[in-house]
Amino acid sequence: MRKLLLLLTVITVGIVFIARLFYLQVYNKEAYSLFEDNAIRKVYDYPKRGYVYDRNGKLLVANQPSYDVMVIPREVEPLDTLEFCQLLKIEKEDFVDRYEKAYRYSPRLPSVFVPQLSKQDYAVLQEKMRKFEGFYIQKRSLRDYQTSIGANVLGDIGEVNQRDIEKDAYYKMGDLRGKQGVELSYEDVLRGVKGIKFIQKDRFNKNIGPYKEGRFDTLPQPGKDIKITIDSDLQQYGELLMTNKRGGIVAIDPSNGEILALVSAPSYNPNILVGRGRSRNFTKLFRDTIAKPLFDRGLQAQYPPGSPFKVINALIALQEGVADVNDKVTCRMGYYYGSRRLTGCHHHKSPVAMNDGIAQSCNAYFVNIYRKIVDKYDDAGDAMNIWAKHAKSFGLGNFLGYDLPVGRKGRIPDGDYYDRAYGNNRWGSTYIVSNAIGQGEVEATPIQLANMAAAIGNRGYYYTPHIIKEIEGDTIPSKYTTRHDTTIDKRHFEPVIEGMFDVYNKGTAATLRVPGIDICGKTGTAENFVKIDSVKTQLTDHSIFVAFAPKDKPKIAIAVFVENGYWGSRFAGRMASLMIEKYIKGEISRTDMEHWILTHSLENEYAKPYSGEPFKINGQTTLQVVDKVMPPKDEDLNNSTQIEANSQ
Amino acid sequence: MYREHHRGFGFDWITIVLFILLVGFGWLNIMSASHVGDIESYFDMSQPYGKHLVFIGLTIVLIVLILALEAKFYERFASIIYIVAMLSLVGLFIFGKDVNGARSWYGIGSMTIQPSEFAKFATALAIAKYMSDLQTDMNTLKDQLKAVAIIVAPAVLILLQNDAGSTLVYASFFFVFYREGLQQIYLMIAVSIIILTVLSLKFGIIITGIVSALIIFAIYFFRSKKRVSIIQPIVVALICISFSSGVKLFYDHVLKPHQQNRISLWLRLEKDPVKLEQMKKVEAYNLIQSEKAISSGGFYGKGFLQGTRTTGKFVPEQHTDYIFSTVGEEWGFLGSSFVVVLFMALIIRVLYLAESQKSQFSRVYGYGVASILFIHFTINTGMVMGLIPTVGIPLPFFSYGGSGLWGFTILLFIFVKLDSNKINEW
Repeated sequence: MRKLLLLLTVITVGIVFIARLFYLQVYNKEAYSLFEDNAIRKVYDYPKRGYVYDRNGKLLVANQPSYDVMVIPREVEPLDTLEFCQLLKIEKEDFVDRYEKAYRYSPRLPSVFVPQLSKQDYAVLQEKMRKFEGFYIQKRSLRDYQTSIGANVLGDIGEVNQRDIEKDAYYKMGDLRGKQGVELSYEDVLRGVKGIKFIQKDRFNKNIGPYKEGRFDTLPQPGKDIKITIDSDLQQYGELLMTNKRGGIVAIDPSNGEILALVSAPSYNPNILVGRGRSRNFTKLFRDTIAKPLFDRGLQAQYPPGSPFKVINALIALQEGVADVNDKVTCRMGYYYGSRRLTGCHHHKSPVAMNDGIAQSCNAYFVNIYRKIVDKYDDAGDAMNIWAKHAKSFGLGNFLGYDLPVGRKGRIPDGDYYDRAYGNNRWGSTYIVSNAIGQGEVEATPIQLANMAAAIGNRGYYYTPHIIKEIEGDTIPSKYTTRHDTTIDKRHFEPVIEGMFDVYNKGTAATLRVPGIDICGKTGTAENFVKIDSVKTQLTDHSIFVAFAPKDKPKIAIAVFVENGYWGSRFAGRMASLMIEKYIKGEISRTDMEHWILTHSLENEYAKPYSGEPFKINGQTTLQVVDKVMPPKDEDLNNSTQIEANSQ
Repeated sequence: MYREHHRGFGFDWITIVLFILLVGFGWLNIMSASHVGDIESYFDMSQPYGKHLVFIGLTIVLIVLILALEAKFYERFASIIYIVAMLSLVGLFIFGKDVNGARSWYGIGSMTIQPSEFAKFATALAIAKYMSDLQTDMNTLKDQLKAVAIIVAPAVLILLQNDAGSTLVYASFFFVFYREGLQQIYLMIAVSIIILTVLSLKFGIIITGIVSALIIFAIYFFRSKKRVSIIQPIVVALICISFSSGVKLFYDHVLKPHQQNRISLWLRLEKDPVKLEQMKKVEAYNLIQSEKAISSGGFYGKGFLQGTRTTGKFVPEQHTDYIFSTVGEEWGFLGSSFVVVLFMALIIRVLYLAESQKSQFSRVYGYGVASILFIHFTINTGMVMGLIPTVGIPLPFFSYGGSGLWGFTILLFIFVKLDSNKINEW
């Protein structure tokens, strides 16, 4: 026993040590990566971010250099603080504060001392920088928007967050990446690939030399420029028309699915999200839960589409053979089921066939043909499945697959949907007549409606709407050049298009005619409700308009949606006509219509639900008249960024 | 057991091979830990690895000298060697040179010599000599005290020079005494002291007192058949409690703040996260860096001269006390386990040889060698891996430094010589 004590102790210690080594080196160990090794400094070389041009080659987004004054407190030598403060335009106390803050962060690591100097200050400072040891200037690249429009399309870039880093190992703390719009959806194209240098450092954080003679270092690859499908003139005009209103405009070129304009109002100047003011301004936009400027109403505003959806029902009825173009329906100011009025209607001539049904937007006519579709089969569920299949072939009821990062699916209910809601076979056509007129369970976003108009204008096919036109040295994804056919035969489109044409000729949009352009359109008015103090309250209807033009070989399909704009042709119809004229002719002949839009505001209307007082809606309201809104001038744009940059 | 005496001069080649492996591998790691920039010449005298290579060369001369001397020389001159070593320790107070707050070096020109490294084998020789004396009986208190005095003399001298780490080494002689017939009660007392110390620091006097009293009375009631007086366990319990209070007093008033912090970190005594962070920054920097370096090595290691933390000099003192972290980073689990196994093999080999000695002097000395190597290896490696509190002592044969290398070489090779002579011992 005496002989064994030391021996056993030695063996025990040996086993314990090997176990400890196993724990440290094998069990408790994450896979070794050069990037995780904090003995290796990673120095990134950021490439130029790609530029963004509009469809006509106008530069929309470029880069601008920005200069940060950096400090490494340990390396600071006594300096002429007075001169330095004057150069940086800061106070002496401020200097001390900033220095102490940097020192507290780390005496050895660089901190930003003064961020984002103006170019003038930089020029002066650069000359004298050598006098101030421990300070240096770091150049960064920021976005430079050459325009004040299209914030929702162009998006912005910002520092990556923890989630981005976890999702994609390419990003490191402090990197910039697209946060919204095309900056986000074409991030991989625009950003290029950053270069990296690995540098061995010692425990004082000093560089010793390149790690393994730079064997793993890479060179940066510059980002590619892109051209987007937006027509910046049209976009700007759309945003002008939308001033003082809330809503969205989506214009598509039906021949190829290119998005010509994507307006969301209210919007903001993209330049406010650049530079020093970014986080403050972004917070302001983000917190505005009433006007929701970050909510893209062209892509995300999902509402019952209202009357424009009627044309889909007309097409389905023709395709299913349940209705004839010449069948007439009597309208007694509504549709009656027995003695019960299922849906109301407005005043127009009666009886109507399909052409007038569309032109006059007769509810009774469409409930009639819709019920015929649903009742065609013994099982209403089967009929609704077929109906939904037809409707979905227009790109409704699901994500369209466009290349912008936000959107909604919309909703096209099918048989299963109602089986779930009512129980198997416990419902029939009369339960769901609201769908006939685009109310009820049907919901769509403006871009889906614009795409629907494009498919109708094309007589039965569409291309997935997209924002990308060209990528430098690359082709655009093939899914944007693939034709999608609807399930409706081509011959059924003509009578429906004729009806939409007559909307302008003699129907609900007769006052909106634009000389020289054959526009086919459809008005829409959608009831809507909000909860105010948990009471469901109706607000003024949304004004909706869907159109394409010219009638043959359409060049533009458009959907306009104006929140609480009341009837379809009142706001949305006017705007759609103006946009079409602007795009096709390049100038406006209906200046009366333009003047009306620019001098009428809906801000009063939007304030009502928040006023805390009872209010009136629809016909009992009076419109707010304002001074004519003027388009922004280029100087304004430059001034606004200047103010923004200097305000802090 | 018969060994070839003609071919190998009777030397135990297994020990020698293990020694060569440790010194050689140690040098590679010193090179890795100390090189700055590219390695141009292995004999670059401005670099620690170059100097160490010279130390290794001188070691060979030393070994030849040791092995050439008559084995009886060491037994005969043990007392004189011991006295010379003690004098050299005393001399430090007059001629010594301060390095890092410890006055344990002689400076001769640019060279420095640390006599405490040589005091170890001198003490081992003296103990062997004393215990192998026919008149010494380790069962008598008087002789026990004399043996202890031989150890305490160098320990106190070294402690006075502010080198607490090296003092601890002398505790290793307990293993020698125990092997040579120290009563069982001392082992029990030693184990109790360790347990009581840890308990009182970790849980405080009251819990320690209650727990030890319970255990003592339990033993008293269930073990002893013949009823001895109840006074006995009460006295033992009282001793335990006063010892526990003594530990607390010692910790609070005698230990220096940095020593308190090391123990506090080890036992996780500090609950205040802010203070803990501060403590870690000040006291545990080396430890944290060394643990990180070791664990970053993974299973296979990053390869010789490829350790990023080693190259970046993240671990302070890496070529001396923290040399094992270099092994961990560059050679991984495989390499560091290999080093652990090498040390165990060497210690066990020495133990085995010690047991086979015919003369008591050789056996006691061999036991002393094994114990000293063991305590050095355990404390140093345990500290580098974060298993025990920070204590600054070198890793035998591995750490950079001439005195240390020579001290351990002499320690080991005197035993190799003694062992080779056992055939003549009759």
